Amino acid sequence: MAEPLLQVTDLKTLFHTPEGTVHAVNGISFHLREGETVAVVGESGCGKSVSMMSLLRLIPTPPGEISSGTALYRGDDLLRKSEQEMEDVRGREISMIFQDPMTSLNPVLTIGRQLTEALRVHLGLSQEEAEKRAVQLLEQVGIPDPARRLGDYPHQFSGGMRQRVMIAMALSCAPSVLIADEPTTALDVTIQAQIVELVARLRETLHMAIIWITHDLGVVAGMADRVLVMYAGYIVEEAEVQDLYDSPSHPYTLALLAALPRVDRRRDQRLKSIPGAPPNLLVKPHGCPFAPRCEFVIEKCREENPPLMNVGKDHTSACWVAVTTGLHR
Amino acid sequence: MALFGGVLLILLLVFSFGGAFIYSEKYANFNDTSQRLQAPSAEHPFGTDPIGRDILARTIYGGQISLFIGFVAVLIETVLGILVGALAGYYGGALDAILMRFTEALLIIPTIFLLLVMAKFFAGNIPEIHIGGRTFSGSVIVIIVIIGATSWMYLARIVRAEFLSLKESEFILAARATGTSNSEIIFFHILPNTFAPVIVSSTLSVANAILAEAYISFLGLGVQQPTATWGNMLDTSVKYLDSAPWLWFFPGMLILLTVLSINFLGDGLRDALDPRSRAV
Repeated sequence: MAEPLLQVTDLKTLFHTPEGTVHAVNGISFHLREGETVAVVGESGCGKSVSMMSLLRLIPTPPGEISSGTALYRGDDLLRKSEQEMEDVRGREISMIFQDPMTSLNPVLTIGRQLTEALRVHLGLSQEEAEKRAVQLLEQVGIPDPARRLGDYPHQFSGGMRQRVMIAMALSCAPSVLIADEPTTALDVTIQAQIVELVARLRETLHMAIIWITHDLGVVAGMADRVLVMYAGYIVEEAEVQDLYDSPSHPYTLALLAALPRVDRRRDQRLKSIPGAPPNLLVKPHGCPFAPRCEFVIEKCREENPPLMNVGKDHTSACWVAVTTGLHR
Repeated sequence: MALFGGVLLILLLVFSFGGAFIYSEKYANFNDTSQRLQAPSAEHPFGTDPIGRDILARTIYGGQISLFIGFVAVLIETVLGILVGALAGYYGGALDAILMRFTEALLIIPTIFLLLVMAKFFAGNIPEIHIGGRTFSGSVIVIIVIIGATSWMYLARIVRAEFLSLKESEFILAARATGTSNSEIIFFHILPNTFAPVIVSSTLSVANAILAEAYISFLGLGVQQPTATWGNMLDTSVKYLDSAPWLWFFPGMLILLTVLSINFLGDGLRDALDPRSRAV
């Protein structure tokens, strides 16, 4: 197998707060191949965004600290680069789009000004060339009458349009990796579908790898190749997308799938939820972090945190119990 | 009110700068001791001063200097305030601590003493300067720098507070994620967002700068004769408070009107630019 585009090993991110140290990301390892789409799923506060922002070194330090790990992008360790070198990576090699398009655009700068920024910084285009390119980009993400809209301010755009602008900005320098941090969460359902479709189409034309952070397992099924399930700063399961839906093998994944609303469910049935709340990351967990909420919990879970174990081809899970049989693994 | 302030300010600017076409500067500094302390008349509409200079002409040229000092001092103040506030707010940590302690140290010294001490300290041999065929006392520049250097602290605090909240916003994160450098983010992404409070504060500062110039000139430490300012015209009038009221009435009135109009304008700008303080 060829060298992956991005190889993250044992990434740990801490936040030093007055209340104590928050263990936000606890040694995750994963890889991303060229042109591949990986979805990262999990509840709020389980370290999805923090781990991806750590890769781009967008974590404010202090209070944050990337305490260990390597992130090899085309052989170079992103975590060892200087701030100047990172500026060249951000937007040029790896782009990121954020959850809330309403707040991710600067309200006092025109769309054109913000869109041409990366083009001028990274590609060294002149203002005129950059504007020409910006018009093409807006066209590409489906904004009507792009030439006129360059001079507009963000408040003149709707939420869906703004997210399209954000995507255009992220793609302006044709990056190899796009990190999408819940890009559809703040949008209504029909717009969500349009954005997902748009990204899927652009992925084909630009041949880029995507890391899609979400808690919408429906979107995951539609576009991801592989899925990472995160819980309390750990990756608890990793599998090909079809494999994950067919044979989920971590109790947390099972619970997430069971919590999905379904149109064919009877109306008088309540939506399932996972009892309890994610653990307090201030306290370093002893044993498996999911143990207090787990239906399958056994004695060993409370004593030792399970490592990721192979449960199938390209399928790993961090659980002492085989969920299909209930047997100790 | 804001409109009234704006119109009044424009009228004052026209008076000071347009008046220069009617009276020459030579005339403003021309003394005819036979005409000293004349009450307002057709020949000298505002009267004459103790050495027989025409007060109308002197208020015109004094107005130019006073307004010039006001605006340029505020320019210096704004640049300093923005620089200190932006660096402290954006980088935080040790730099913030140092810059803010320095700011606070200057703030706890009463401004008027600081002004007077600096004015006295720098009042030594100041060469005259020549700009555009006109001669100014070098003290004009000294006063501008002193006022600018002693008034930026409040603005720095405002800018710092704005930066502290804005640097956490999503669009700054997004800008960083596209590889924008720190200096670009500070000056082109965050700074434009702070313009509303900065403009309001700067406008009001113009009034304060004009007042500050009047204080120190009144105390004889400011702009030196023969260059006229409204402030040093008041200084000469002290001895003639009852006997020649026109000496202080006209420059005093002009200072009052200028400060009033700028304050009205500043309040109007605040209402227009900051929706939170909009009156019902």
